[in-house]
Amino acid sequence: MKRIYSVLVENHAGVLSKVAGLFWRRCFNIESLAVGETDDPGVSNMIIVSSGDGHILEQIEKQLNKKVDVIKVKTFDESEAVSRELMLVKIRYSRSTRRDIVENCQLMGASIIDISESMMTLQICDTPERVRIFLKMMQNNRIVEITRTGTLALTKCTETSVPANG
Amino acid sequence: MTGAQALVKCLELEHVEYVFGYPGAVICPVFDALLDSSIKLVLCRQEQNAAHEASGYTRISRKPAVAIATSGPGATNLMTGIATAYADSIPMVLITGQVDSKLMGTDGFQETDTSGAVESFVKYSYIVHDPEEIPRIVKEAFYIAQSGRPGPVLIDLPMDMQTGTVEEFSYPDKVQLRSYKPTVNGHPLQMERVLKALTEARRPLIIAGGGIHLSNAVPVFREFVRKYRIPVVSTMMGLSILPTEDPLNFGMVGNNGHTFGNRAIRHADLIIMAGARVADRTIRDPALIEQKLLVHIDVDPAEIGKNAGPAIPLVGDIRHILKAFCAKEPQVNYDPWIAYLTDVRADWMRKFKAREIPSGIDPERFMRALSQAMEDDAVYVSDVGQNQLWSCAFVVIRNGRFLTSGGMGTMGYALPAAIGAKLGAPDRQVVAVCGDGAFQMTMMELATARQYGVPVKLVIIRNNALGLVRQFQHFHYHDRFSGTTLGGDPDLSFIAKAYGMDYFHLSKGAYTDRLIGEFLADSNASAILECDVDPDYLA
Repeated sequence: MKRIYSVLVENHAGVLSKVAGLFWRRCFNIESLAVGETDDPGVSNMIIVSSGDGHILEQIEKQLNKKVDVIKVKTFDESEAVSRELMLVKIRYSRSTRRDIVENCQLMGASIIDISESMMTLQICDTPERVRIFLKMMQNNRIVEITRTGTLALTKCTETSVPANG
Repeated sequence: MTGAQALVKCLELEHVEYVFGYPGAVICPVFDALLDSSIKLVLCRQEQNAAHEASGYTRISRKPAVAIATSGPGATNLMTGIATAYADSIPMVLITGQVDSKLMGTDGFQETDTSGAVESFVKYSYIVHDPEEIPRIVKEAFYIAQSGRPGPVLIDLPMDMQTGTVEEFSYPDKVQLRSYKPTVNGHPLQMERVLKALTEARRPLIIAGGGIHLSNAVPVFREFVRKYRIPVVSTMMGLSILPTEDPLNFGMVGNNGHTFGNRAIRHADLIIMAGARVADRTIRDPALIEQKLLVHIDVDPAEIGKNAGPAIPLVGDIRHILKAFCAKEPQVNYDPWIAYLTDVRADWMRKFKAREIPSGIDPERFMRALSQAMEDDAVYVSDVGQNQLWSCAFVVIRNGRFLTSGGMGTMGYALPAAIGAKLGAPDRQVVAVCGDGAFQMTMMELATARQYGVPVKLVIIRNNALGLVRQFQHFHYHDRFSGTTLGGDPDLSFIAKAYGMDYFHLSKGAYTDRLIGEFLADSNASAILECDVDPDYLA
């Protein structure tokens, strides 16, 4: 079972290592991790995607909550969230493969953000599933380098998530 | 003032009476500032023992415990003591010196990543980056260590933070931590569910754990148990919550517990875990208790459901929760269940008394006689190993206290913890019991005791073996004893003499009570009682 944890933490040095260390020590799995500052510079948001049985997923939430630097933990399924990953992939191309690549990019909503005579860098920002599909499509080409973010996720907009005074 | 002076000022404002520690170059500014303070410094002989001393001290006095060490090897030596405190949720503040902040990360002399290394066995840790932050950090450290589920908190203090300037010292009145708010009161709905379960239960059983000691809930626990008349078993950390011979006390549970205590668990229909985690040594098979209705009361929500799923979780401070239960008027009666358990316990006691007396010393009878000869509110500090198991099963505690290293099982805990306990309660009798293995791990602390005039009563169970591991090898390795025979044959009477202690030697059972009496007689004199036990005597 997969689960997404949205963790608000104090933006201190060392917090990332404390949270990552918790997963390592208790043999919890991290499938992806993305960290960034929120609108409050004193607070960071970590989006951690993990998997395990119900007991492990509950323990992850409790152990995260137990960390002194953790302000709030929200946890949800993929189906309850909108999520995005960003991937940049640098590939080699030739005259014969170029058309195919461009078509695939159009099909998947990816863009070419850098190009030279023999290489191009493609960018896709989409759901983790579609990023995986796009990567698979590109594997017919020679991949030079890849970089991708962890999953970013927010729960879907529902009326209850709108603040009362908003 | 300097950062070091500010730190010591903060400790004074936290009413710290003693610091236990060992100096080194990069913690010298703090040691220097201590010279001008009312705080008393206890120089241990190895840093691990500073943490154990702090542990024994705070467990008995409930006053804040502080241990201080230098960077590098000082800090790493301290770590076994920190892990020991963490495993038993003992509150303490550890202060470690560190190389200059400019040198951090350069692998400087005596540099270790102390904060990183202790991360998984401290409740929280700090590295000071600005001397002005010292008051806030110290205030938070004591609050975090002592509140919620207690535990050790470490402050790593680079040298230049100690020598740096604090322009205007001001100690905060309270902490402001938006991310840390332990639950105190139990949820009323959950409490109603527990009451309903108690009304419906026929064979309820409380498993009382160390959390009851930690929350200072022993008096209210006794009131609760007597009002509801529910049988109690305890974990190792929960020993001495009820007097051993209380009619409702059905012993210790777990691997090394009483058969009647474990039988109580098997036959209970409702189990209330109170301030106890479902530890593997307490409940070997969590499925067993999951078959029953399980109520789990703990201040740490992460313990609930970690090793066994409860039907009714109840998060909060056990003292507040029990107080609320005491205010209710329950209509419950478990007399048939109590009568059954009383018979089982009496049967065990009959068998114990009827057992053949071995030719040498029977350590189980010895532990019992020792504890019975001790004062009503005495502190019995047990080490780790066979001696611990004999102690747990056979000591008789009235209104005293039983201390041991339960979670970590750290050998050598007893002597330094007893020194700390005696400093924490100078008027109480404190007796440490250890094996000859553990004694040789921390015997250097006899010098600490002597230097500070702390009378130590130390029983050394002498079998020239690392008995519990030897026993493990007996059962699981067909008597292939590897590394469990203690040779060298040190003459303990000379060690007693070296440290100015009285020395008693028990090699036969005949005069046990008289010798124990002589050993305990002079409360101001340190003494060693060496007690010979056959290495084949199993625990």
